[in-house]
Amino acid sequence: MGIVTRGFGGRRPEPEKPLPPGQFLTEDFPVLSAGPTPNVDTDDWALTLRTEGESRSWSWDELLALPAEDVVTDIHCVTRWSKFDTRWRGVSLDVVLGDVETTGEFVLAHSYGGYTTNVPLEDLLDGKAWIAYEYEGEPLDPVHGGPARLLVPHLYFWKSAKWVRELEVLDTEQPGFWETYGYHIYGDPWLEQRFA
Amino acid sequence: MTAGSSGWHAATVVGTQRLTETARAITLSAPGVGGALPGQHIDLRLTAPDGYQAVRSYSLVATGVDERVDIGVDRVPDGEVSGYLVDDLQVGDQMEVRGPLGGYFVWHSDDVAPVLLVAGGSGLAPLLAILRSRVAAGSAAPFRLVYSVRTPGDVWYPDELEAAPPGVEVALLYTRDAPPGWPRPPHRITAHDLVADGFSPADRPDVFVCGSTGFVEGAAALLTGMGHDPARIKTERFGGA
Repeated sequence: MGIVTRGFGGRRPEPEKPLPPGQFLTEDFPVLSAGPTPNVDTDDWALTLRTEGESRSWSWDELLALPAEDVVTDIHCVTRWSKFDTRWRGVSLDVVLGDVETTGEFVLAHSYGGYTTNVPLEDLLDGKAWIAYEYEGEPLDPVHGGPARLLVPHLYFWKSAKWVRELEVLDTEQPGFWETYGYHIYGDPWLEQRFA
Repeated sequence: MTAGSSGWHAATVVGTQRLTETARAITLSAPGVGGALPGQHIDLRLTAPDGYQAVRSYSLVATGVDERVDIGVDRVPDGEVSGYLVDDLQVGDQMEVRGPLGGYFVWHSDDVAPVLLVAGGSGLAPLLAILRSRVAAGSAAPFRLVYSVRTPGDVWYPDELEAAPPGVEVALLYTRDAPPGWPRPPHRITAHDLVADGFSPADRPDVFVCGSTGFVEGAAALLTGMGHDPARIKTERFGGA
């Protein structure tokens, strides 16, 4: 136990289920972005999957034509807020990555606006990650990453790249934006992997 | 580039100062914590007698001195930590500090480009650290601070801002009540408030925006709409509890 802070502890909330270490519960949906919010028209939007030798793209209409799932999940931001039971709709990355043939084990996600983040390929498969385009039954607000963002809720939320436009499969792990500024290369909230 | 320093350090409150009705400046003595770069933040960990802990991040309002941590805290409605820090904390109380943290929302004092700082409410905190470090470093980089508050009573460090040195412009914007005779009627920030000689997109200023999500989204959209390069606009949004 750390040093006791005199008089502290009288107003604590009681979470309904466990929180990862060092997190607190919020009812809001705070926003963390390094720069301005890009506004991407769905007419111009595309998602590209790039591997060693080839690339494949989906237009907005093609994305919406893929089988979609409703996802209810808890999310955990490295800035210490967590939010329970957030509701999303989107396409499982098992669908997007389903036919890909690659020896690469790492993915670097690229966003409109220049943001990047790295995630191991296996963390995007087996029902663990989505391209999300609805939040709480509404089209995803640009502030929260619309028209579409990566949703990888078992990792800290900076891994769930807003405004995603490309998934690049790589043989070696390449740190993304926050990862080069000292954040953890993997980012498991339950292991409190905030910083490198 | 700054990695997060992982260790927690015991810290003792050595000073507090009321800033506004809802905000307070707190100075901690924190042996083992190195001097921060302006714009960086620290984590505070508070522990109750039964072992319950809470951790929050706070931007530093002054930087560069080893073992000294200066933060400004605004009370958030129902905030279990901010309420304690603003209303109950006393000199001599102890807690733990980790940091300094964050390597992106940082100004480097050898950078000579113009700097436009845009603050909403307690979002002033890291921008004040940047402003103070310009003064401490003797930098000649042109600075402009646009500081939006609800009422005159919400301004942090009004005397210090009024006494800004040559090369530093400070523009106060009031959104609800302005002082008597103030030339600008109270309203939210507009593009007009962000226009100034020497800080246009053509002058390629580095822009730092900090405040609530709504404020930052609004201000950043105005700035990019005016033609500022999105890559030169760094933003920090306060959630908080």
